Amino acid sequence: MAATVEFRLNGRPVSLGGGRDRSLLWSLRGELGLTGTKYGCGIGACGACTVLVGGRAVRSCLTTLGDVAGREVVTIEGLAQGGKLHPLQQAFADHGALQCGYCTPGMILGAHALLAATPHPSREAIASAMEQHLCRCGAHQRIVAAIESVASPSGASP
Amino acid sequence: MSAPAGVSRREFFQMVGGGIVVCVGGAALPGFGQSRWPRYPDDVDAYLLIGADGRVTVFSGKIEMGQGVMTSLAQMAAEELGVELEAIDMVLGDTGRCPWDMGTFGSMTTRMFGPALRAAAAEARVVLTGLAAARLGVPADRLTVRNGVVSVRDTPSRQVSYAELAAGRQLMRRVDAAAVLKAAADFQVMGRPATRLDARVKVTGEAKYAADLRLPGQVYARVLRPPVHRAQLRSLDASAAEAIDGVTVVRRDDLVAVLHADPVRAGEALAALRAQWQLPREPGPDHDSIFGQLAGSGVPLTESTHRGDVTAARKAAASIFESTYRKGYVAHAPIEPHAALAEVSGGKARVWASTQTPFPTRDHIAHTLGLAPEAVRVITPFLGGGFGGKSADRQAVEAARLAQLCGRPVQVAWDRSEEFFYDRFDPAAVVEIASGVDAARRVAFWDFTVYAAGERGAAHVYDIPDLRVRSGGGMSYEQSASPEQLHPFEVGPWRAPGANMNVFAIESQMDIMAAACGEDPLGFRLRHLSDARMRGVLQAAAAAFGWKAAAAPSGRGVGIACSTDAGSYVAACAEVAVDETKGTVRVVRVVCAEDLGIVVNPEGARMQIEGGVTMGLGYALSEELQFRGGDILDRNFDTYHLPRFSSVPRIEAVLVRNDALTPQGGGEPPITIMGAVIANAVFDATGSRQLRLPMTPERVLAGLAAAKHHGS
Repeated sequence: MAATVEFRLNGRPVSLGGGRDRSLLWSLRGELGLTGTKYGCGIGACGACTVLVGGRAVRSCLTTLGDVAGREVVTIEGLAQGGKLHPLQQAFADHGALQCGYCTPGMILGAHALLAATPHPSREAIASAMEQHLCRCGAHQRIVAAIESVASPSGASP
Repeated sequence: MSAPAGVSRREFFQMVGGGIVVCVGGAALPGFGQSRWPRYPDDVDAYLLIGADGRVTVFSGKIEMGQGVMTSLAQMAAEELGVELEAIDMVLGDTGRCPWDMGTFGSMTTRMFGPALRAAAAEARVVLTGLAAARLGVPADRLTVRNGVVSVRDTPSRQVSYAELAAGRQLMRRVDAAAVLKAAADFQVMGRPATRLDARVKVTGEAKYAADLRLPGQVYARVLRPPVHRAQLRSLDASAAEAIDGVTVVRRDDLVAVLHADPVRAGEALAALRAQWQLPREPGPDHDSIFGQLAGSGVPLTESTHRGDVTAARKAAASIFESTYRKGYVAHAPIEPHAALAEVSGGKARVWASTQTPFPTRDHIAHTLGLAPEAVRVITPFLGGGFGGKSADRQAVEAARLAQLCGRPVQVAWDRSEEFFYDRFDPAAVVEIASGVDAARRVAFWDFTVYAAGERGAAHVYDIPDLRVRSGGGMSYEQSASPEQLHPFEVGPWRAPGANMNVFAIESQMDIMAAACGEDPLGFRLRHLSDARMRGVLQAAAAAFGWKAAAAPSGRGVGIACSTDAGSYVAACAEVAVDETKGTVRVVRVVCAEDLGIVVNPEGARMQIEGGVTMGLGYALSEELQFRGGDILDRNFDTYHLPRFSSVPRIEAVLVRNDALTPQGGGEPPITIMGAVIANAVFDATGSRQLRLPMTPERVLAGLAAAKHHGS
């Protein structure tokens, strides 16, 4: 009998019976129905499956339910509050920091973790922190600008 | 007045509800006849519906893969119709609801579908104004339209909205000729930057891609794949897979798959299959030896351009330059792998697929399943990137076949290894150029031969009197080119197919001659250009970059290149920094100027320039498929290197105004110059000419060593 794992997901308690070894990515996309978290490579090399665990960015394809037992998991669906976009989401939309949008949830959550750890990163620090996130459409320059606009002390666009 | 796509008028209004519908036929549209691509069919290209709620729905067989046409098409409709952008809803890529379309590729949506949509919207405005004239009791020429409200020009309080006019009607209008379109000077919506209509759903995670869709009772399929291309299945032991609870193993002809309600379990079942494969006897060429096969003496050549007397001009030339250029195979590598969800029941199929070609995919599925095309509906959700790679439909056919075989909805979502294995790669290619200058330093002849890339981008606009362009291996992904003889696996269209290779060769060769003449590369180009649009983009890029004339190599690391593609003209200047001990090339800055006629969405056009420049860094510097015959060695992003944040330069997009020309292609042109502009900048920095893409550190170091040896 597979163990039940409990954790908090986007502010609500959840309990899953798939066992501690089950992949967080496929639990999110499957039994939890949260498909904003994307599969891209399965080896932690693209960042499309990034979620927050305890506020830090992790690759959900390499994370098991056991890894998140008792912890707080936030996916892209948990960022907007009451229909109001999170400032990072708003900045990505305003800066046109996306094209196909497939890498976007992971990008936004990666940026979220960066700003939580480093509220005012330099442009170089943003690029460095986002280095393991892949975007094939080439929205990189706008992604950096979007993150920078949220990170800047005034919150204004550069 | 016929209804679209074989649907009766009654059925059509049942489908869409009431309102006013305007359809446009393609026969009389300007520009289509010049297309070398198959024409749209004669029935209907576009239609839009004005509903009783005043909302406007545009139905188009085009798809949104990030290139932004959901927004730019809506802008065109809003502009001609006289409504706000927010009043438009887009229904894209649904074969059950949209007019037939051959597919979304070739930067053709704006320049070829756009005129049809604008005509439909302009005609709808005429119809609505006529209805308003009758309702208000004034002649139509005294009416004006703003934000979906028709009012009397000198008495604005007398007005009626589109919603009121459409309510209770089932009116269908068809236009066969291009309507009178608004002039650029009158634009309210077109030509102004618009936030993407898909931005909100993409930042919240609500946007659905094919792998995100679910149907009750569905199962996930994992398909057995050969270890290498052209391997044959000799035997299969599925007993261990079948022993897994809930697993179904399906085998029909060449298709072997395991099905399970949980994708992880399906993956475990796939791993439990014991298959024996017959491998090809000869492994075949690898990523280095392939070039001899592509450009071998046995490849027949066809001549596409020949003017003047190349042989005589060659004899008379003061200096002759002969170069051979090479480029490896490049993957599309969209971050979304191919996926499809299929449901087959009651003799009908519905398939949601990540595809750039919903209608051809529908026909392929119908043929494979033994159904009529009308019995198959392909619905295209958002695509997580395409770049030409989703013009194939293998995953959609697999899902449909499996759904038919097992009687349940089936999801096929490739993993990254399958995505690489079945990528129809941008072909490796070779270009040979012999060119020469006369005593007055004018280019006197040009003898150009391309192998395996095709002719797109091979015909440049330089004023050269004696010129020949030949091509071997054709557009090597076309059926007629017998790709098996050239390539160890399938190849296919990749963003501006062939042009990346051809422009790399052309623009490198121009730089070689400019350097040999001791002349500034920009000045040398301009001296051979009478084409005003090409001169315009070159001068715009140079001005924004701050180009200072100097012969290369100047040591500054700056380069320039230009091309024309999809009706647009582009030029770029780049600055690079070369680490001469490591051989790494860092692109510091790129300025790209583009003349694409009327700009529908300036923000969208800039995104396409930035995207093309960024994606182009890959084939220029780091992307090259490693393989041994049919064995694809790169199967994930750990060994296949896409451009990353640290490799992206400062990119400045310059839109060269040209409102006299209808909108041209925007998705592909900018990427075509990236190989050349970086190679030219590397030469300017180091004096070493790179003739093979990508310019990896090893090749740059080898080039530096050779240049040093040559110079000493």
